[in-house]
Amino acid sequence: MSVVGNPVRRRVELTFRYAVLIVLALLFLMPLYVMVKTAVSQPEDVTSKTFVWWPANPNWGKFAEIFADERFGQSLVTSAIMAVSMTVGQIIIGALAGYGLARIPNRASKPLLALTVTMLLIPSATTFLPNYLIVSWLGWTESLQGIVIPTLFTAFNVFLFRQFFISFPRELEEAGKLDGLGYIGTFVRVVLPNSLAFAAALTVLGFLGAWNAFLWPLVVAGTGFGALTVQVYLSSFITAQTFDYTGLFAAGFLASIPVLLVFILLQRWLLRGVAETGLGGA
Amino acid sequence: MTQLNTPVARVSDPGHRPTPPPSVPRRRRPIRGTRRAFWLFVSPFFLGLLIFSIIALFWGFYLSFTRAVATITPTDFVGFDNYVSLLTDPSFLSSLLSFTVFAVLVVPTTLIVSLVLAMLVANLPVARAFFRSVFFLPTAFSYVIASLIWKLGIFSGSTSSVANSVLSSLGLPTVDAWLTQSPYYWVVIVSVRLWLQVGFYMLLFIAGLQRIPETLYEAAAIDGLSRGPRRFFSITWPQLRPTTAAVMLLLLVAAFQAFDEFYNLVRTIPSVRPPLLYIYNLSFQQLDYGKGSAGAFVVTAIVVLVALLQSRFFGFGAADETKAPRRGARKGRAS
Repeated sequence: MSVVGNPVRRRVELTFRYAVLIVLALLFLMPLYVMVKTAVSQPEDVTSKTFVWWPANPNWGKFAEIFADERFGQSLVTSAIMAVSMTVGQIIIGALAGYGLARIPNRASKPLLALTVTMLLIPSATTFLPNYLIVSWLGWTESLQGIVIPTLFTAFNVFLFRQFFISFPRELEEAGKLDGLGYIGTFVRVVLPNSLAFAAALTVLGFLGAWNAFLWPLVVAGTGFGALTVQVYLSSFITAQTFDYTGLFAAGFLASIPVLLVFILLQRWLLRGVAETGLGGA
Repeated sequence: MTQLNTPVARVSDPGHRPTPPPSVPRRRRPIRGTRRAFWLFVSPFFLGLLIFSIIALFWGFYLSFTRAVATITPTDFVGFDNYVSLLTDPSFLSSLLSFTVFAVLVVPTTLIVSLVLAMLVANLPVARAFFRSVFFLPTAFSYVIASLIWKLGIFSGSTSSVANSVLSSLGLPTVDAWLTQSPYYWVVIVSVRLWLQVGFYMLLFIAGLQRIPETLYEAAAIDGLSRGPRRFFSITWPQLRPTTAAVMLLLLVAAFQAFDEFYNLVRTIPSVRPPLLYIYNLSFQQLDYGKGSAGAFVVTAIVVLVALLQSRFFGFGAADETKAPRRGARKGRAS
């Protein structure tokens, strides 16, 4: 940040900065190291009285062994279905409503937008009980649709899509209309193909949130077998007394692979998602 | 990251922004089927919103005035009894206290650490993207996984755990029960949230730092203010004010909605039970949906109130261009 100052001093400063950053980076990565290390530890490493940097005889087979518990594999599948359907549904419903509010003239759009913005103010976590009442009234407890469907209607996505479509170049749409396309045709053939980057950013962000969701799946499905997500399943071992520590860490690592992959492969979109959503006014 | 959604959205709240009149395109002949198209596009969302948000909220509101134990269709109207019993319940009041302690610990810590990380990373000549990724990586993990690592790994209480190994290598006494003793459990709870969310706020601060015009620093250098804390406090900190205010609000609202790590780390300890965990226990263990709903509304009211108060005192709402001059004026008076 320093624009001036003598070069020697600057170099010392920079070296110091890198030293601090390396220490901090190791500290931030330490929990992941602990997770993998414990997962491959042997029982004698776990009960050891002194700190073990790395097990002398790592048990990599642990990652396969934990699939002996069929419910673990099932919970991964449940989580995958839940996260994908939540993300896709939220994006489609959000994009449609956002476009309608931004671009199709109607007297109702102003009050509907006001309603959407009001819903943004209500803290999402405190609505879990009212939402549960509806799910329970519909008879959807302990079911995947009970977890997924109530979360599809996020004012947040609608609002962001509306803001995005408001500044979408009108000329492109006009061209579509000249070609004889109606609103739906214009949206599908012209608007959507030109909005993929924005949609991808929100999708990546939404997927992480959905995969990591805990309170809502816990409320709807509990720890029963109906729709057990991997987060809720693992949590039931953390809060109870567990004996297979290493298995639990192995399961935790496997349950984190989807988010790790997203992070490594789609980080560009993730960063953009944070920028689109978090930086709006900051 | 779901729990971030609501507060983040508020950052760019358009509430007061003049909505472009929907009638603008009317200058030419309305396209055939315009009305039908509008409802086709917006009705999936608004029907869902009606059922899963609006009816749900009214239903919960109604329940909060009834005796609804183990039923969601009660008939026994009890007026304000649920609210009175809630606000005189020592465990609800202690949950508000838990939240206060938690917020006092976690909000400033996260704010400072994320700002420091941002300043260390922001204009790094080499490996900037690498360090940014490393600090941002934890935000991809769930509270459940992080709680697992914290509870059974780092802070397990065994002498071979990371925390105790560090303590003993420093010649300090080790702790056997990190999660059942105050104040040790606060170390665990605050550090897990810090690890999970600091990277997100670091990104917000990096963006904030990049918006500070370089000319300000150049001007300061001419005035002999080229480095150190004075430069930070006379330029960086005041210029970051909108970001800081936004981050503080987001952190506070997120802290109020803390549930996952408390549930997974210290569920059995009554003295650290934040409001959401209290409501959860009330509704899903005691099946008291009436009092639980009352709790949900009280907590919602507090969150909204805190958000509004903070936006008043800290001039929050930078997205709101229409108000910008007034906010500037207010800032001017304050300084």
